[in-house]
Amino acid sequence: MTFEQNTLPCSYFTEKKPLLLENGTSIDELTVAYESYGKLNKNKSNAIIVCHALSGDQFLASKNPITNKDGWWDRMVGPGKPIDTERYFVICANVLGGCIGSTGPTSIDPKTNEAYGLSFPVITISDMVNAQIRLINHLGIEKLLSVIGGSMGGMQVLEWAASYPDRLHSAIPIATSSRHTAQNIAFHELGRQAIMADPDWNNGNYIKLGTSPTKGLSIARMTAHVTYLSEASLTKKFGRRLQDKKEISFGFDADFQIESYLRHQGLTFVDRFDANSYLYITRAMDYFDLEKTHGKSLTEIFEKTKTRFLIASFTGDWLYPPSENLMIVRALSAGGVDVSFVNIESDKGHDAFLLDEPEFDGAMTGFLDAVSKEIKV
Amino acid sequence: MSNKRIDLELITSLVDRETRVLDIGCGNGELLDSLKRKRKVIGQGLELKQERVNQCVARGLSAIQGDADKDLGLYPNQSFDCVILSQTIQATGQPKLILTELIRIGKKAIVSIPNFGYWKIRLSLAINGKMPVTKKLAHNWHDTPNIHLCTILDFINLCKELNIKIEKTIILSSNKTKSYNGIPNKFSNLFSEEAIFLIKS
Repeated sequence: MTFEQNTLPCSYFTEKKPLLLENGTSIDELTVAYESYGKLNKNKSNAIIVCHALSGDQFLASKNPITNKDGWWDRMVGPGKPIDTERYFVICANVLGGCIGSTGPTSIDPKTNEAYGLSFPVITISDMVNAQIRLINHLGIEKLLSVIGGSMGGMQVLEWAASYPDRLHSAIPIATSSRHTAQNIAFHELGRQAIMADPDWNNGNYIKLGTSPTKGLSIARMTAHVTYLSEASLTKKFGRRLQDKKEISFGFDADFQIESYLRHQGLTFVDRFDANSYLYITRAMDYFDLEKTHGKSLTEIFEKTKTRFLIASFTGDWLYPPSENLMIVRALSAGGVDVSFVNIESDKGHDAFLLDEPEFDGAMTGFLDAVSKEIKV
Repeated sequence: MSNKRIDLELITSLVDRETRVLDIGCGNGELLDSLKRKRKVIGQGLELKQERVNQCVARGLSAIQGDADKDLGLYPNQSFDCVILSQTIQATGQPKLILTELIRIGKKAIVSIPNFGYWKIRLSLAINGKMPVTKKLAHNWHDTPNIHLCTILDFINLCKELNIKIEKTIILSSNKTKSYNGIPNKFSNLFSEEAIFLIKS
């Protein structure tokens, strides 16, 4: 599925100034599709950017026009919620390389007047952040109150804090890592191979040829989805229960509820996501290695930074486990950085950061409140 | 005022304004909160129990989950103006190592201890022949986290051995306090329930 630019009900920012990319090339025309919530105050000091994860989008806390479901972090962002839109001006932008309105492989290449497809340059997490910088420059925001994000969103938060320490007061990386591990890369490779093995992918030219690699993309999503859960949550939710039948079928239909659930997850994903975009974004995550990009150790990158950090991990998250997050905490502590760390007890896997975890909400509320008071929002 | 509150007040009085403070074993952040309000310090907490760390963060304090026995190595030399170890040293695995770490990390350190040499504790052991259980040390021998209890005299001797200077001592007993420059008089080991030491390398 692809979405034409400027067709979804959200805000757009377009700039015809080349965006230089980490790989040395550039994008001539940048569009960023974004949503915002709450009001920017007079001195523009109450702005927060929330960075979305791999399959997320700009519909953070408002009805998603594609799925007709609530925003992906509706429980965290809104009036009276931990990221309180009555106090803060909250921005969420579709990432560069995405497929929900921002410039990405489904966009029209102004040079050819055709969709980029695989001629879209390979982008990185820091390219995504540079696109967001353009957006906040456009909005006239000098310094953000906070940059917040989980998973890939957390990688963007780390990159924000590493490259633009003067543009944010605080950073909240959640359930993330300072570099993709071999296991992280391995799961992404499974997804990419599934997409590229689909004959309808047509070497990435499916838009032009009118085909759609739905099978490959849905398998990619099914694989990834399992990594967001945990054995405990799968057992609790599905166990070995059968789907609409009393006995196993001795065949390959979806006998088990978990199979049927995963197939459903895969099928609904293709309605809202583009296969090439999936390749590009997973690649950006795989290439993420803060120390390597900056040519310094984590401690050196953040040494004496004024940015206040709140890092959160979840005990049942095996994709970006507490140990990965703790590594960042240790580096920051060693660098004399003001850092807090909460490790939330949860058996819900990586997805816990999106789900109801009241203790996490308390930490988020308290931290943002303390930062706002400190900078006198 | 409870004994614990007095302890916090006294420690607060030893901390300079607008300095960087690390509170090891910060609990739910009561001391850090008081220091932040009364002394305008930039505070950091280290706490073993995650639940308490979360309480600290929820009240706007900076705290991380960590173990005093394992995690002090991550702080650079002299990175804090003051490091506080309040009623915690007796529960650590290696008090000697921790003492040296405190004055490596901090330009000064404040350590408070329950005094096992207090006469009521001595008497309780002498008369009952059982490990003393008091208000301050309320655990049984088998479930106590306090694995390295010491007396005021023990602490002073350890500081001597490690060449650590005791700049100030405040002793407490039944809500009365007394302050000494340097070490306290010899009776304090018998008559005080608790002592707070300001130490330097």
